[in-house]
Amino acid sequence: MELTSPTEFARETVQSVQDYSVLAARAIAGLFRRPRYFADIVYQADLIGFGSLPIVVLTGLFTGAVLALNSAHTLQRFGSLSLIGQLVSVGMVTELGPVLTGLMVAGRNASGMASELGSMKVTEQIDAMRALGTDPGKKLVTPRVVATVFMMFFLSIISDLLGLIGGFFVSYFMIGLDANQYWTMTYQSLRNQDVEMGLIKPVLFGFIIATIGCYYGLSAKGGTQGVGRATTQAVVAASVLILIVDFFITRLLMGLHG
Amino acid sequence: MNSVLSSSAAITGDAGRHLAITFENVSISFEGNQVLDGISFVLQRGETKVMFGVAGAGKSTILKLALGLIKPTRGSIYVLGHDVNQMSEDDLFELRRNIGMVFQESALFDSLTVRENVAYRLIEEKDIPPEEVEHRVREALRFVELEHTLDLLPSELSGGMRRRVAIARAIVTQPEALLYDSPTGGLDPITSTRIIELIVKQRDVYKTSALMVTHRLQDGFIMASHHFDQQANKMVENAPGQKLDAHTTFMILRDGKILFDGMAHELAHTRNEYIKEYIA
Repeated sequence: MELTSPTEFARETVQSVQDYSVLAARAIAGLFRRPRYFADIVYQADLIGFGSLPIVVLTGLFTGAVLALNSAHTLQRFGSLSLIGQLVSVGMVTELGPVLTGLMVAGRNASGMASELGSMKVTEQIDAMRALGTDPGKKLVTPRVVATVFMMFFLSIISDLLGLIGGFFVSYFMIGLDANQYWTMTYQSLRNQDVEMGLIKPVLFGFIIATIGCYYGLSAKGGTQGVGRATTQAVVAASVLILIVDFFITRLLMGLHG
Repeated sequence: MNSVLSSSAAITGDAGRHLAITFENVSISFEGNQVLDGISFVLQRGETKVMFGVAGAGKSTILKLALGLIKPTRGSIYVLGHDVNQMSEDDLFELRRNIGMVFQESALFDSLTVRENVAYRLIEEKDIPPEEVEHRVREALRFVELEHTLDLLPSELSGGMRRRVAIARAIVTQPEALLYDSPTGGLDPITSTRIIELIVKQRDVYKTSALMVTHRLQDGFIMASHHFDQQANKMVENAPGQKLDAHTTFMILRDGKILFDGMAHELAHTRNEYIKEYIA
């Protein structure tokens, strides 16, 4: 393997961050400038949103269930089994719903975008698009970013709800908790800022997933191997970035609300 | 095109009217590797310039520079009267709508049908009615004799057919300049001649300015020694004694520099050893 000098590595890293920032900024700018591609946004929204529904439903359901199961184990020791609903709802809505949905959509769609745009890049289709007078940023990136942000918002809500249902199944059928008690607890323990946090996060994660997927796709080089590499890198980068941003945004929002 | 024409990057006067493409002392390097080293040439309106050179000589780079897809490290490039280096990406998109490009591997959108590929630029214009789009797509495909492939996907076509669809896509808006990147590369001699016939047809019927990159010397000589007969709807050889086509010029690149730029008969009588060896 060829060794890269530290200065070269630093230069490449700064260049990548710059390129990514430009792409992300252009994706947003594309929203406000003509031509707009509504049909592409709807197509991508269907692909990302409806297509991800089965995995998001399953992930939400089982995460809520296992959350209830684990908390029951701990809470039983303190004789506070009735708090299961609170733990499941706060855990799902503020954290696990958005993050796990983000990771699932990253695995499914950041990879899809990177491989699709990467294949277009290595077969000169991106250059052909530019040669035909179309801005790939507006035609390919903006619709994917808009669709992912929009769909992540709703997928997270679905995931949260399914998590609560999963928690309910465990609490009611396995632990024997009263249904009314569980649902009252889940509802009452949620504060406004929890819901706010749970709705801001998926929007940010959606933006990360789409921009990272498109960035790695559009910077793919080196034939099919390059496309494979871009796909892997996109999923890894998007997942890691989701977890890092999750920490900072949680801290920030907690700080804002005191 | 008005926004481009009014842009400050436009050059005025005779230069803009008579020249399709001008390169002035253009250099470009990739990762320290000098690909083009101070090249200058002019493509007149209505002229077709055939560019030769071994692989890696920088031929395709010239086409990408002319389209503004990449920027030179040094030098100026004027295309249809506009200084490409000074133009913003948005202005470039406008300018590119007036230039057709045929890519080396066709670069057709593989998830779109032939119809959608050829119609792509027309649909992007948004204000063209669907009947007009259909009519022009069929006309362009008729030009390359592939009207029957409308609903096929590029993967269902042969290499030569894909190249012809790429030509149809490039000419559907009747651009002022055409750029062909190895249109005959990797094709059998019969299909290659078929493609050259289409390029000659475009040259003689629509008088479009063109830059063509090729590895095959005979492509250039066929273009110089033939013309398109519209009555017979085929390419025919010029009569014996008739001059070679004055609108077809030749350019040979070597190590990032222009070794030869001139007419076919000048090329045949050159004293340069490298060129002699190249055309032998």
